[in-house]
Amino acid sequence: MPANRFNGFTDYGVGIGLRIPHYQHILSRKPVVDWFEIISENYMVDGGRPLEVLDQIIEQYKIVQHGVSMYFGSVDPLSREHLKRLKQLVRRTHTPWLSDHLCWGSVDGRYTHDLLPMPYTWEAVEVTAQKIRQVQDFTEVPVVVENVSSYAEFHASEMTEWEFLTEVVERADCGILLDVNNIYVSSKNHSFDPFEYVNFVPAHRVAQIHIAGHSKFEKYILDTHDHPVLPAVWRLYARAIERCGPTATLLEWDDNIPSFEEVHAEALKANKFLKAAAEAAPTRNSLAAIQSAPKSMLEPTLSDSALLESGSAR
Amino acid sequence: MTEPSSSPTSLLEVQRRMAAAVMHPLTRQENMPRRRRDGASNIAEAEAIIRPNDRLSSFERLEIYNRQYWYRLFSCFEEDFPGLQAILGRAKFDRLMRAYLTDCPSESFSLRNLGSRLDAWFDQHPEHLGPHPVLARDMARLEWAHIEAFDSEERARLSAQKLAAIDEHSRLHLQPYLRVLALSYPVDDLLLQVRNEDGSATSSTNNASSTRKRHHVRHVAALAPKAIHIAVHRLENSVWYKPLSPEEFHLLSALLDGKPLGDSIDLALSTSPLPEDQRPAFLQEAFANWAMLGWFTS
Repeated sequence: MPANRFNGFTDYGVGIGLRIPHYQHILSRKPVVDWFEIISENYMVDGGRPLEVLDQIIEQYKIVQHGVSMYFGSVDPLSREHLKRLKQLVRRTHTPWLSDHLCWGSVDGRYTHDLLPMPYTWEAVEVTAQKIRQVQDFTEVPVVVENVSSYAEFHASEMTEWEFLTEVVERADCGILLDVNNIYVSSKNHSFDPFEYVNFVPAHRVAQIHIAGHSKFEKYILDTHDHPVLPAVWRLYARAIERCGPTATLLEWDDNIPSFEEVHAEALKANKFLKAAAEAAPTRNSLAAIQSAPKSMLEPTLSDSALLESGSAR
Repeated sequence: MTEPSSSPTSLLEVQRRMAAAVMHPLTRQENMPRRRRDGASNIAEAEAIIRPNDRLSSFERLEIYNRQYWYRLFSCFEEDFPGLQAILGRAKFDRLMRAYLTDCPSESFSLRNLGSRLDAWFDQHPEHLGPHPVLARDMARLEWAHIEAFDSEERARLSAQKLAAIDEHSRLHLQPYLRVLALSYPVDDLLLQVRNEDGSATSSTNNASSTRKRHHVRHVAALAPKAIHIAVHRLENSVWYKPLSPEEFHLLSALLDGKPLGDSIDLALSTSPLPEDQRPAFLQEAFANWAMLGWFTS
């Protein structure tokens, strides 16, 4: 769904995360970029260079805010200070939607600064949906929630992750930031079929999609955001676009960050899929998006294959 | 054989028990300890909360998060206090960092505030200040002031008209980003050196930076005490260290405490060796300078 009520009826195209090593390039060269995603917390300060740079970027580019520490799934009440600062930033950036993660990370006032996975229980559905509604009411912009990558599952879980995500967004009446790299990482760590996940989520609620790279270790995959997007993730992306339509897409690259041009070029690969989906939209040709993508982007690499064999997908 | 733990029965219990494991200090080998400091078994606790899979045990899965927690905090703390690390050396800094972050876990949504309690924590833990405790503490104070000056609010400057109308009863407001420090060592120069060098390094673990850090430790050992007063402030969104005279320091400190102008001047000059006839010129110059820097706000 290119434009829907969860992304403020926008049609944003392909963006990249705004990162400090690229500030100078962006401000001096003014490259053409559809949009930038900012980490909200980096700019929830009272003054100084972060806000000066942000204001210059806002003047020339479309900005979307992405948070990392609202912790919708924490039982702790929301922090008033956090909410107030977030709303101030929303007024500054005019972000058409606001995203954060479907996770928890704080308890009894102490913050782990990590995106910890949820136990997929009915109690957690209630807690999480209620807090998303509170943030949405307070900030007065659509809130979308992102699935996280995870390395652990809980005995307490009563449903799958995709069922949990769906229950939460339906009850909160909010949108989804579908991170296909996170789905892939979790699918390998927990041995499920990532396409089952992508095929299950309510497509009409998907406001944005994240793509990223990850790192493979002997026994698990880590969501490191320090590589180009791998073919297996592009395949999932193709399926997501096929289901959701040409959706605002963002490449995350947070570590070992290469040049601006390299990051942007990697992100722009998504256009092949978006274009195919747009062309296929009237007839909903189910295979068009995948078939029209360059073969090299979709073919498994050697390391992909090795992992697929060891991952015992259902 | 580990004693079994009962499984958590509520979301809050899951989060409390998992956070206790995730935030528990790592071993020296940077693994999750099998037994916690209170004697509880992390193996049993992991098995009670986390499902194993065909490749990783419950303990190993929880350990990923335990490591991630500490690595993230270490990285942030090292970035905030490179000068303190240069003074203490890698090993002592590492022990300090682990002890402080264990005692003072983050209570803010922002990692920016991670070091906010360090100076107060040193009151209770002077053993972590190393062989040059005054020097180390000076550096920690300067580094925290730098963080505060970097992104604190900048308010509108006091207009020339309002500035001309102040009298001895006026309470002058100063910029929220301004910090003044009385230090026993000239740590400002050392910090500038460390920051410049770190800024040019691509990785904190490469050989070149290790060599520089050893150089810092030797340099620090030879650093002689010298009382200094400085203002840590921001100009055109860069942080600056401005040397102050003792009179300037006491005057600014009194103004920052909210004292009226007349009382602040009296306090600043009460112990000053500055001759009476030079005091008007001193005050005029100081206020003109601070006004030019935009330190007075409405």
